[in-house]
Order: sequence, then C-alpha cells, then structure tokens
Amino acid sequence: MKKSVLLGTLAVAGVASGAAFADGHGDTTLGQIQERGSLNCGVTTGLTGFAAPNAEGEWEGFDVGVCRAVAAAVLGDPTAVEFVPTTGQTRFTALASGEVDMLARNTTWTFSRDVDLAFEFTGVNYYDGQGFMVPRELGVSSALELDGATVCIQTGTTTELNLADFFSSNNMSYEPVPIETNAEAQQQYLAGACDVYTTDASGLAATRATFEDPSAHVVLPEIVSKEPLGPLVRHGDHEWGDIVRWTLNALITAEELGVTSANVGEIGGTTENPEIRRLLGTEGELGAMLGLEADWAANAIAAVGNYGELFEGNIGESTPIGLARGLNAQWTDGGLLYSPPFR
Amino acid sequence: MATMTDPPVEGFRLSQLIYDTRYRSMTIQVVAFVLIMLGLVWLANNVVTNLQALGKDFDFGFLGNRAGYDINQRLVEYSNDSTHGRAAIVGILNTLLVAVLGCITATVLGVFAGVLRLSKNWIVSRLMSVYVEGFRNIPLLLWILVIFAVMTEGTPQPRDFRGEDAEASMILGDSVAITNRGIYIPNLVFNRSLGGNEVDADTGAVIASQSAGDIILLLAVIIAGFLASGFIGRRATAIQEKTGVRPPGTFWMRLGAVVVPALIVLVALGATLEYPELRGFNFADGIHLRNSLIALWFALSLYTGAFIAEIVRAGIMAVSKGQTEAAFALGMRPSWTMNLVILPQALRVIIPPLISQFLNLTKNSSLAIAVGYMDVRSTLGGITINQTGRELEGMLLLGLFYLITSLIISGAMNIYNNSVKLQER
Repeated sequence: MKKSVLLGTLAVAGVASGAAFADGHGDTTLGQIQERGSLNCGVTTGLTGFAAPNAEGEWEGFDVGVCRAVAAAVLGDPTAVEFVPTTGQTRFTALASGEVDMLARNTTWTFSRDVDLAFEFTGVNYYDGQGFMVPRELGVSSALELDGATVCIQTGTTTELNLADFFSSNNMSYEPVPIETNAEAQQQYLAGACDVYTTDASGLAATRATFEDPSAHVVLPEIVSKEPLGPLVRHGDHEWGDIVRWTLNALITAEELGVTSANVGEIGGTTENPEIRRLLGTEGELGAMLGLEADWAANAIAAVGNYGELFEGNIGESTPIGLARGLNAQWTDGGLLYSPPFR
Repeated sequence: MATMTDPPVEGFRLSQLIYDTRYRSMTIQVVAFVLIMLGLVWLANNVVTNLQALGKDFDFGFLGNRAGYDINQRLVEYSNDSTHGRAAIVGILNTLLVAVLGCITATVLGVFAGVLRLSKNWIVSRLMSVYVEGFRNIPLLLWILVIFAVMTEGTPQPRDFRGEDAEASMILGDSVAITNRGIYIPNLVFNRSLGGNEVDADTGAVIASQSAGDIILLLAVIIAGFLASGFIGRRATAIQEKTGVRPPGTFWMRLGAVVVPALIVLVALGATLEYPELRGFNFADGIHLRNSLIALWFALSLYTGAFIAEIVRAGIMAVSKGQTEAAFALGMRPSWTMNLVILPQALRVIIPPLISQFLNLTKNSSLAIAVGYMDVRSTLGGITINQTGRELEGMLLLGLFYLITSLIISGAMNIYNNSVKLQER
C-alpha cells in the first residue's frame, strides 16, 4: 500500500512537472522589451564622457548614447532605458543571465568573449588601445621605464591580461593593485597608492579630465594593445543582435551621408539620395525587415545625433576629455569607421 | 492520488491516509519528500535548459588552462603563466592566511574586551562597551573600507621617503616603513639556507636567501620546543602534587626548551635580517604587508572580536557568583580567581558560540574584494570566472571550498569543546 501511494504521487507529480517544463522561453528579446516598454542597458559604474550620471542624475555619455539610440529605434523613446551599472566583473554575468538586454560598456571585442563566453559583438563604437598614465613628477617618459612600479588595474578586464603580457615580454616586474571600478582606481592613483594607472587610452583621458589638475599627469606614448570597444548582446537571438548592430551602423552611416539630428526631420523627404531615403524609411522596407517601424533609424538619429555628433558632444575635442577622432574617423577621412551599406 | 486503482485492502479507505493517525504521518512525509524532490528536479532541469540555451557545457577543464593574470600577494610560486587551478590555490592560501590571523587576533581581543567590560573600573568598562557596541552595530564592510581609506590617505607615499630632507622617514632604526602601499618590515634570511644560496658574481659574497625548508625547520623546532616545555611543566606539577615541592628551576627549563633549540637552528642557518630599502618605485626586500591585508585583518579582528567579547562576558556571567566568593574566601587574588576558577568554567559556555564566530570570520573574509585583497573569491570567483566564463563551475568550487573549510574548523573546535566540557557519567 505504502509503495503504491508513493508511486502514485510520483507519477502525478511527474506529469504535472512535465507540463510545467513544456512551456519554454518562446519570447524574443525584442518582444520582451516591447512588452516591458523599456530597454535594460548595462553601462559602467561611471566613466565621465562614456557613461556617467550628470548633475540631474540622468545618465549621459558616448556609450549611453548607443543605449538611447537603440531605445529610440525599438520603442521610439530615447528615455525608455533602464541603465544598469555594472563592474568589470559583473557585466558578463548580468548580460548572460538576462538582467540586461545589451551591454554598452567599453567592452573589448575578443575571440574568447565572442566564442567561448557566447556573446555577440554587434560592431565597434570606439577603436581604443591600452595606455598608461603616471604623475608628471615621476619623470617617466616611456612605459619601458616602469620596471618595479605599482600598477592600478581594473580587475576582470582584458587590460589585466595585456598588462601581464606587456611586463613579462619586456622582462619587467610590477605589483598589480586590483580595483573594482574606475572611481576607486582614481582615488588610489591620486593618493599615490599606485604609481601607474592603466586602462584604455580613452578611459585614461576621461579620468584625467576629472582631476583637479589634469596637467600634472601624463599619458605615456605606448599603446600596448588593440581594444575595439563595442556593444554586445547574448548569443542565440539574432534578430535582437541585428537591431543593435544596425542601429550602430545607422549612426555611422548617417554621419557619412551628412544626416544630422538637426536635418533628420526633413532630409528624408527632400533628398534625392536613395540610400538616405532607405536609411530614414521614406523608401523601401528596411524597418519592417528588422521588425521595427519604418522610421526606426530616423528616431535613433533624432534622439542622439549621428556618430560624429555623439562623439563630439561627449568625448570630442571640444569637451574636457578632448579625444581626437583618430582611428574613429570615417573611412573617407582615413579612419576605421566603415558601415556596410543600407540596401 | 484520486487516480489510484489499487483494489481496496481489507477495510482500508483512502480517507484513512489523512484522518487515520497511523497513516497520516506517513502521508505527510511522502508528500513533503515528493515536493522537495520536485524542487530539486526543477532546479536541475532549469540549469540544464539554461546551459543549453546559452550553448555552454559543464566542464572543469578550464582549471588547467593558463591564467594570464598576475596576483600581488602569493604564498606559493605563481606567475601569469601558471594555471587557473594554481591561481585558485594562491587565493585559497590568502583566504586561509587572513582567516587564521583574524581568528587569533579576534580571540585575544575578544577575551580581553569581554573580561574588561566586567571590570569594576568605570572608565575601562565603559570604554569596552563603546568598542563592543561600535563594532557590533556597524557593518563590517564599512570598517574594512574605513581602515583601508585611513591607511591609504593617512600615510606617506614611498617617494616621500626619498631625498635628503625627505617628508617621511622609516621608524624603529630604519627597519620599518609605513607607506600607503602597506607596511614593510625586515625579513629573516639565511646565509646557509637549506634551499641553497647564490653567490654574488663580483664580490664572491654569499647572498642571504630564504626557502620554504628554512621556515618549516624553524617552525618545527619551535613547536617541538613548546611540546617539550609542556611535558616539563606537567612533570613538575606531578612531582609537586606528590611531594608538595615544585622542582627548582622549572620555569628556566621550560623557557630553555623553547628558546635554545630555536637559537641553535638560527645560528646554524646563519640567520640575518634583511631590511626594506627604497629602490626604484617601491621599497624592495623585507616583507611587504599590503594595506589590503592589514585593513581586512584589522577589520575582521575588531568586528568579530566585539562579538567574541560579548560571548566571553556571557560565559563569565554564567558562572555562579558563589565561585568567585569561594575563591576570595580562600584568599586567591582576583587575577588567579579569573584564570584558575572562572575562565575554565566559563569556557564550557563560551566555546560553542565561539565556533560560529570563527566560521563567520572565515566566510566574511570574502569581503576582501572591497579592498582588492586577492583571496579565493577574487581569484577563482572573480578574475578566473570573468576570463573563462565558467560561472557555474567556479561558484560551485568556491562554495565547496568554504563548506569544507567551515566543516574542518567546526570539527576541530568540537574536538576541543569535548575536552573542556563538563565530563558527565
């Protein structure tokens, strides 16, 4: 009797649980975002110019612009973004677990992240390289003079690995001081707890811009790595990956074609250039192919401007960060920005 | 259950499963068991589905791959060419180091604070109350950060030590340097190291060095010395109990048993002190106690010490006042009363909750990441997971490590507890 009771309950429970497991995760990322009405975008915990809350507590910056552009393309509203601050260590878990829909967080595109961690990089929004910053009074002029130095390094980053490679290949020793966020690194560096701060050169420029006396610190000339930074999404939902990829491409193409946030409203109707018309949705079905409205790209450009405007407004030479376009100029100007055509 | 088609056994009705006390407990247990199993199955299934959805497998092979990152504080040989497994071991040793240091300091601190809080001296007991309440009621993380910030912001940089009229100078006869990167203290090195010595190519002088063998030998001799000293002490007590006279010179024999062999080993190995010296960007030579270690160690000790103080106080107060009065009536001094009468009895009450505090301290050491101390949570559970994407495997290993460590600590403490608890027939 006892045995049959046990078996009976097990059978009933088995059927019930089988039914419960049957309904899988049918929803797509796009569907979830539209249902939720907002985009969850993973950003840094605060790096001036790239992603940081301003005095009003609103997130702004170069990477934040990418999030807003995607939100504008998908939902038509650039403010419908929940920004989730992530550290170098928590970002991938946040993305893999579905806590965020995409990361726009100075993340380097590498083979193992793309293949082994199962993420999909949807392009490059900033071509960067790792540099070193030291106080001017140390009198160091080259990274090769850093033997024995104490180096502040954000833990869980590619820079951590590049640093180890750089010092061992040059037969130098160093003392790493692992740090969680850029703000902590800044504090440690300014207190002199480390001689050198190393991260992507753009990050160094952004950090230095927030110092009381930026001229007391030099960024050494050596760039020791390639750091193509770009937004990324999870493997497996290619429709969503396409949306993020082509939103970024739309911003780049807009700059190439001379579409700005100021003229995006009328140029679609007045121009004769068919690519602009396709981009802005006044001709063709590109939006529908992505599962979005026809004016998706126009919304994105209207919200944050084209790539050039986004760059100049947040990290360009007119800002305190003062980064030159360099590698990040359009291919027509000798840079590496080259968007596939909208066709 | 309604679908069951078993033929009814004599007089058994299904409702008996609920209403008959003979069967009811069985029914409840079966239902609870099934629910728990279902929960586990659901969790396992969830893991499998999600791993599949992410295209990931379950594999510990990453532990054998090259780590590629450096660790500042290493108790064993490690470089960025070592494996992730090796990095995990470095982290485990760092965790154990801070846990052992923390447990010892917290116990000493806690016993003192607990006893002093019961002092009749108003100032002393109030001071201890402030310490206990201050540390017990403020989160540990804050204390770690506060101590770290004070150490970083309040101490000079290494380069302040440089030059003729340096802003900062070393203390204790130029042997200890307190900097914002940590404290540099002299190191014990040996001219006739067991690990062999290198010879300076220019002068032909032997370069003093230190190997694991030297340290292990020294520790072994010291521990043997303490054991011998304990034996001498017990023998003296036995003689004293038999004859009423303690053998003369027992104290000196006990001291000698510890000191003399250790001194012989030090001389034989040609021990000297290696002083920290400012070279290049940092102090070189000597032992570098990093700020991260000091901040974590201090904060853990002070925080847990406050809890232990309360446990000690409770233990002492649990000993009947008659015991103190009886001891005083025999003419014992207060210090003897505490050490020989009260504390031994209080230990019975103190030990079990003390075990929990040791476990807490060990697990709390995982807050190390706040100050960049490279414990196992930062190496295996942090950088390794981040570089390899093996969250599930890494976290399981990490959980397993803390579980095993905690079980070992509580096992050892339970053995000790059995030796001090009231022996009953």
